[in-house]
Amino acid sequence: MENLSGGDIVIRALRDAGVEYVWGYPGGSALHIYDAIFRQDDVKHLLVRHEQAAVHAADGFARATGKVGTVLVTSGPGATNAITGIATAYMDSIPLVVISGQVPSSKIGEDAFQETDMVGVSRPIVKHSFLIKRPEDIAATIAKAYYIASTGRPGPVVVDIPKDMTDPAIKVPYSYPKQVSMRSYQPNERGHSGQIKRALKTLLAAKQPVIYAGGGVIIDNASELLTTLARKLNYPITNTLMGLGAYPGSDRQFIGMLGMHGTYEANQAMHHADVIFAVGARFDDRVTNATDKFCPNATIIHIDIDPTCISKTVGADIPIVGSCKTVLGDMLELLDALPAPDGEALNRWWATIDDWRARHGIYTADRFEPSGGTLIKPQDVIKMLHKVTGGDAFVTSDVGQHQMFAAQYYLFDKPRRWINSGGLGTMGFGLPAAMGAQLAFPDATVACVTGEGSIQMNIQELSTCTQHGLPVKIINLNNSALGMVRQWQDMQYSARYASSVYEDSLPDFVALTEAYGHVGMRVTEFDQLESKMRECFALKDRVVFMDIVVDRAEHVYPMQIAGNAMNEMWLSKTERT
Amino acid sequence: MRRIISILLENEPGALSRVVGLFSQRGYNIDTLNVAPTEDPTLSRLTLSTTGDEKMVEQIIKQLHKLIDTIKVVDLSDGPHVERELMLVKVRAVGAEQRSELKNSVEIFRGHIVDVTPSSYTIQLAGDGKKLDAFIEAIREVGTMEVVRSGISGIARGEKFLLV
Repeated sequence: MENLSGGDIVIRALRDAGVEYVWGYPGGSALHIYDAIFRQDDVKHLLVRHEQAAVHAADGFARATGKVGTVLVTSGPGATNAITGIATAYMDSIPLVVISGQVPSSKIGEDAFQETDMVGVSRPIVKHSFLIKRPEDIAATIAKAYYIASTGRPGPVVVDIPKDMTDPAIKVPYSYPKQVSMRSYQPNERGHSGQIKRALKTLLAAKQPVIYAGGGVIIDNASELLTTLARKLNYPITNTLMGLGAYPGSDRQFIGMLGMHGTYEANQAMHHADVIFAVGARFDDRVTNATDKFCPNATIIHIDIDPTCISKTVGADIPIVGSCKTVLGDMLELLDALPAPDGEALNRWWATIDDWRARHGIYTADRFEPSGGTLIKPQDVIKMLHKVTGGDAFVTSDVGQHQMFAAQYYLFDKPRRWINSGGLGTMGFGLPAAMGAQLAFPDATVACVTGEGSIQMNIQELSTCTQHGLPVKIINLNNSALGMVRQWQDMQYSARYASSVYEDSLPDFVALTEAYGHVGMRVTEFDQLESKMRECFALKDRVVFMDIVVDRAEHVYPMQIAGNAMNEMWLSKTERT
Repeated sequence: MRRIISILLENEPGALSRVVGLFSQRGYNIDTLNVAPTEDPTLSRLTLSTTGDEKMVEQIIKQLHKLIDTIKVVDLSDGPHVERELMLVKVRAVGAEQRSELKNSVEIFRGHIVDVTPSSYTIQLAGDGKKLDAFIEAIREVGTMEVVRSGISGIARGEKFLLV
């Protein structure tokens, strides 16, 4: 067995865990580890400009690839800056390993320089955390961290390493465990066969079924199985914000996103359903609206790997604890031997849904006034983005109106193409997440749909893009206001725009982008939009920042009316269900 | 609904804080908490009592299971079980009459006087929570100077074990 220092062990263990890339930012407590990175070539480090961005970038990488993202930060402010990123990944069940330097063991608890109790601070927002107490434990702990992060319901794992653990003068034998087994952690993937049969029976007997699929399907790479099952059944399917792309967005059976800004037809179908087949979704408050009025006639079948997700907000009638992939696989095996659903009832159900679609559907009806002249509707920018990128880009987003427009109008046909902070709603996520996706797929088109509010929360990463050659495209829906805040202020605060406007202080985004060495474009006329956007995406090797001036008065609709059932919605500023 | 939940936990640094943090993070109550290593020093046994409706208790148990350090969780109140709490009470004991009355009460409750000074007794008493409350009530006239309670420890009756 080879003797190595703790610093070298960290990097060797990352290599043996299959890690190619680490996003991070150096500092005192992490310097032994950084020196170990410098002396090898297997694990590559990408320097960011702020630790929050390191975590979002690793997160974007993880979402785009399905692999575990890796982050390295120093103690104190390095660790606390990573917190928002960790919380973002935790809420969306994204596998990450975050290694943080810590002050030397002997100094812990003394309020030493750059000391923060990282294990304590991160405790409520990690799947698990470790504090290294002996250099001999580093390799096995890192192996455990990757195992925990990537299995069961994935999530971020923190490994906090005091500086003396990585001391170059102390060498200990290195061995990376071939297999990890923990008596206290044995995730169960297989669903209960009796429950699966009961669920199928109920599902096939449904007359007004809806398949409600969430991010769990994407995380578990179960999109193909879900698509096969949905097509065999010819049932309508809706995706959550996190589940977009789990089923092809341009397919006839797809009835759009559901929930707060879901489509009319999806929310109506949910409300009137007799059976809801929830797969890898967690009945989040942004989906259900008031839980006591949620889908009054529905029998709920719920597949989830995490038992705590079942009956947390809405009771499940037929719960199945298991991974989406294994349970859907089991269902498909049984399906052909069972009687087909009632075709006539299903036809009637589809006729009802098609009628909802025709009346108020955001894809088939004119939901917003047409763009023209200097009026550019944000929805049209997303539709144009879909057209110019052939619907095949990786689209990351920040948080706000632009995020909802992107979710509604960029019809994702593939999983892992839509990358957004759904649970935590983290502004500043989009650009670094785009860097992560671009790193994973250097030849792919990666677009960050953002707003002039969100982009300024991590705009310093334009410099990271320069350093590491990450030619992401930034689609800035600039309405000179914090759009979603402003929308709520319009609707609930009599248009008193408390701290949501800042028009005189916005930077010249074109000049700013150019200062970072990139290409900036400003679009103010609708008839320039397509040509400019084509020009933008033709610049394959460059970062391009498209600053597009959009209609400031626009709101996101439909919008559920809080405290009501799913199908109670505003459809426009004046029209409600 | 009062529940007594018993947890077998890896005896790792931070494990207890994860359990306690879970309760505050998710808005659950901890009424009492009792924890110590088991005969296997790599394991800790934790007993806590909590109150909540059925849905909340179900979530508490599932959330406890989800903690990586947790090996087993059992709701002792689901079945027959024995629960005990240890209490130490310091009372003023002055004069023969008061001292003998206190001794009587201690005997009736099957407690022990474990420390004596010319002006005080320290009484040790074990039992379920109600018995301890009743004792405090019984000696109310004397008045307590200090009360320390350990929180509930519990174990299932019969052939049920909480083992790895």
